[in-house]
Amino acid sequence: MNKFTKYFYTICVYFFLYLPIAIVIVFSFNNAKHSLVWQGFTFKWYASLFNDSAMLRVAWHSLILGVLAATIATIIGTLAAVSLFRYRFFGKKILHGLIFILILTPEIVTAISLLLLYSFLKIPLGFWTLLLAHTALCVPFVAVTVYSRITTLDTDIFEAAMDLGATDFTIFRKIIIPLLLPAIASGWLLSFTLSLDDVIISYFVSGPSFDILPLKIYSMVRLGVKPEVNALCTLMLAFTLFAVITTYQSIFKKKPS
Amino acid sequence: MNKNIIELFGVSKKFENYQALQETTISIKHGEFITLLGPSGCGKTTLLRLISGFDKPDTGKIFIDGRDVTDLPPEKRHLNMVFQSYALFPHMTVYDNVAFGLRCKKVSETEIQKRVTNVLRMVKLEALHDRKPSQLSGGQQQRVAIARAVVNEPIVLLLDEPLSALDYNLRKSMQLELKQLQRRLGITFIFVTHDQEEALSMSDRVAIMNEGYIEQLGTPKDVYEEPASLYVADFIGEANIFTTEILETYDNKLVIEIEGKRIALNNKKDFEVKQKVHIIMRPEDITVWGENEITPEESKNMLPGTVEQVIYKGSTVDLIVRLPSEKKILAAEFFNEDDEKLDYHTTEKVWIDWIPGWEVILPYEEKI
Amino acid sequence: MKKKSSFFKILSINIVWLWLGIFALIPITLTFVTSFLTQDPNAIVKFALTLSNYWELFNHAYVSILIQSITLAGTCTVICLIIGYPFAFTIARSKSKHSSLLLLLVVIPFWTSSLIRTYAIMAILKAKGILNAMLLAMGLIDQPLQILYSYLAVLIGCVYDLLPFMILPLYANIEKFNEEYLEAAQDLGANWLTTFIKVVIPLTMPGIIAGSVLVFLPAMTMFYIPVLLGGAKNLLVGNLVEYQFLTANNWPLGTAISVVISLLMGAMIAVYWYNSKEKDREELA
Repeated sequence: MNKFTKYFYTICVYFFLYLPIAIVIVFSFNNAKHSLVWQGFTFKWYASLFNDSAMLRVAWHSLILGVLAATIATIIGTLAAVSLFRYRFFGKKILHGLIFILILTPEIVTAISLLLLYSFLKIPLGFWTLLLAHTALCVPFVAVTVYSRITTLDTDIFEAAMDLGATDFTIFRKIIIPLLLPAIASGWLLSFTLSLDDVIISYFVSGPSFDILPLKIYSMVRLGVKPEVNALCTLMLAFTLFAVITTYQSIFKKKPS
Repeated sequence: MNKNIIELFGVSKKFENYQALQETTISIKHGEFITLLGPSGCGKTTLLRLISGFDKPDTGKIFIDGRDVTDLPPEKRHLNMVFQSYALFPHMTVYDNVAFGLRCKKVSETEIQKRVTNVLRMVKLEALHDRKPSQLSGGQQQRVAIARAVVNEPIVLLLDEPLSALDYNLRKSMQLELKQLQRRLGITFIFVTHDQEEALSMSDRVAIMNEGYIEQLGTPKDVYEEPASLYVADFIGEANIFTTEILETYDNKLVIEIEGKRIALNNKKDFEVKQKVHIIMRPEDITVWGENEITPEESKNMLPGTVEQVIYKGSTVDLIVRLPSEKKILAAEFFNEDDEKLDYHTTEKVWIDWIPGWEVILPYEEKI
Repeated sequence: MKKKSSFFKILSINIVWLWLGIFALIPITLTFVTSFLTQDPNAIVKFALTLSNYWELFNHAYVSILIQSITLAGTCTVICLIIGYPFAFTIARSKSKHSSLLLLLVVIPFWTSSLIRTYAIMAILKAKGILNAMLLAMGLIDQPLQILYSYLAVLIGCVYDLLPFMILPLYANIEKFNEEYLEAAQDLGANWLTTFIKVVIPLTMPGIIAGSVLVFLPAMTMFYIPVLLGGAKNLLVGNLVEYQFLTANNWPLGTAISVVISLLMGAMIAVYWYNSKEKDREELA
C-alpha cells in the first residue's frame, strides 16, 4: 500500500465513524423541523428540551442512577479484582471465569435472567431493580479493568508493606487505591457511561415509576427522527466526552513516564 | 557477638511436589554478616522467606532472639527485608517510603521525622527526601530500600539479592557501603546472593546451598580452602579435580597415583587403603615450570604437560595445561618481579607441581 | 501464608461472592431451570418439568430466525474484519506518538451511546436523508433509495456500532508485532502476498479471533438496531426473546432461546479461550 492510499483509507474510516455523530450535532442547531437544508442557526430545540419538565426529570433520574450504580459497581469490582489478585480462597477460579463470562454474555441474556430473579423474589420493577441491574452489569467491567492494571504491579511491594507492619486494610488504602486510581477511575467512568446508555437491560427491568433517559430516547426514536432528539443526543455526547476527557487529563497526564 | 539471634531446628519446606528446602538446622549469631550462597533454585530464597515469615515451614521450629516465631506473621518478628526489586512504593516520596513502617506502628510524627531524617542522612539521601522512586538512580533506590528497612530498628535485616540489579562498578561500591552500614548498626545481616565473589568479600560466614541443603557453613576462608564437598569446591572459585584410589597409607601419609606418578600426601582425615578419593587443587596453588627451569631430578615429583592456552588476566596469567591423559588443568601464575618466566606459549612442554599440603582430599562422590 | 485471615480479606471476599452469587449465579440458574418449566397464563410459570420448550425451537420459524441472526452476525463480523484490519494495521504501525491519539479517536465514538449512534444512522439512511440527498445531487440515482428499514440498513448499523470492538483487539495485537519479521520474510525472498498470508496473518491471529468474538456475540443478539433500522421486517433472535417475554408472555420458551444463545456463545468463548493467552484476554476490557 502506498502512502496516499493509506491516508485516504484511514480518513475514510474515521469519516465513517464520525459522520453520523457530526450530522446529529449539526442538525440539533438547524432551524428546520424536517428539512435537510440548512435553515439557519438556532437554539430552539435545546430551549424546548429544557422547558420539558418530564424530560428534565428523566435526565435527573439517569444521572442519579448512573452515579449510584457506577459507585457501587466500582467498590465491588475493585474488591473483586484485589481479592482475585491477592488472596487464595474457595472458588477463586470459578469467580475469575464467571467475571470473564459475564463480560461476554449478551445483554439480553443478562436482562431476562435478572427479570426472572426479580419476578421470583417478587420485587416490583422500579428504581431498585434498575439500580441493582445496572450495578450487576458494571461490576465485571470494573473488575477486569482494575485487575488488568493490578497485575502490572510488582508483587514485592505488597510483601514489603507487610514486612513493614501494614495490615491488609492499610495496604488497600495506602498502596492499592493510590496506585490503581487511574484504573479505578476509568472503571467508574466506564460504568457510568454503561448505565447512562443501557437500553436492553433497562428495557426489561424498569417499571413505570422510574423513567430513565435511554428508554425515553428509545421511545422517541422509535416514533421517528425529531429535532429535540438531536439536541438531547448532542448534550449527552458533549457530557460523555467532557467527562472522559477531563478524567483522562487529570489522571493520565500527570503520571511520570 | 556470641549470642544466637536466629535458630532454625529441622526446618523444611515443600512447594507442590518440589522440596524447596530439606530439613535444615542452623544458628546465626548476633551482629553477624551471613550470606546464603547458591545457584537459583538451591533453596536460599526459600530459607530467607521462612525466616522472614512470608512462608511457613512444613516442619521444624524457628526462634528469633530466643522467641518461638514459627507461627508469627512477618510484621511481628522484628526483622525487615530488602527486596531484590527494591519494592519501593512508586506513588510515595522517599520520605514517605521510609516513614511507612513507622506510621503503620503509629509512631508520633515528630519521632518519625527525627528517625527518618537520621536514617536518610546515614544513607546520604537527605537532599532527595521529596523525590519519587522513579526520579532516583538504581543505587539511590537501593539505599532508600535499605533505609526503609533499617529505620524500623530490626534486630535482623534480610537482603534478597539486593545488588543484582546494579552494574558492576556500582555493585562493588555498594558492597563496601553495605558492609560498613552493617558494622555501624551492629545488627545481623542475612544476605542472599548467587555471586560467590560478593559472598566471600562481604560475609563473616557463608552458607553454601545446593538442592535445598546447606552443603557447608563457614568463614569465607574455610569454604574456599577447606571445602567440605566436591560441590562446594567446584562452586567456590575454580578447582582442578583428580579422582583416584589410595594405594597405601603409612605414618599419617597416603599414597595415590596421578598421571602415572605415585605421590605421597598428608592423610588428614584417616583415609584407608583402596578408598576412592578426589584430590582438589586451586589454580593458584599450582606452579608451572618451564623445561629448562628444573633439573631431571626435580621433575621426578612433577607432572608433565603441554600448554594448551594462555589467558592474560592482568594480575595473573592463567594457563590451561594438557596432561598426558588428555585431562586439562587450570593454573594461575602471579606476576612477580623476581619471578621466573611467565611468557609461556601454546604447545610448550612444561612441568607442574603444587605446594604439598595445600591440596584438599575428599571422599569419592558419585556425582561430579 | 496460613496466618489468621484479616477482617478486610474475609469481608471483601464475602462481599464479592455474595454479590456475584445473587446477581450472576442465581439468575443463571433460574434461567436454566425456567427453560424446562411450563407456560402458565396466570403466573410466571407452572412448575411442571418439560422439554417441550426446546422441541418448539425446532419449529421452522424459529430455526429460520436463528439462521438469519447467525448469518447477519457472521456477515457483520467479516465486514468489520475487512474494514478494520487494514485500518488497525495502519494506525498501529504509524509513528508511536500519533498512534495512541489515532486509537483514542476510534475509542471516542465507542464511549458514546450506541443508541444515539444508531439514531444517527437512521438520519443518514432515511428516504429524505443525507445519503439519498448526496446520491441524487451527484446524479447517481433518480429515485431515493429505500435503504432504511431493510436488511442492508441493519447490517450497516451493526458494522458501524461494532467496528471499534474489532479495531481495538487488532490494534493491541498488531502493535506488539515486530517489524523485523516483515523484513526477515522479505530478506528470505517472500513477496508481499506470501509475507501477509504466511507471516502477518498467523501472528495476528489472536487479535483476529478476539475481535471476531467481540463483534459476533453482540451482533447476534442485536435488539434495538433491527427494530430501528430494520423496521418490523427483520426479526432477529434478540427480538424473539423480547417478544416471548413482554408480548407472548411465554417465559419458558424465552428462556429456552436464551439458553440456546448462551450455549452457542459458550462454544465461541471456548474456541477463543483456547486460542488466546491470558494477557490477550485481559486486553478485551
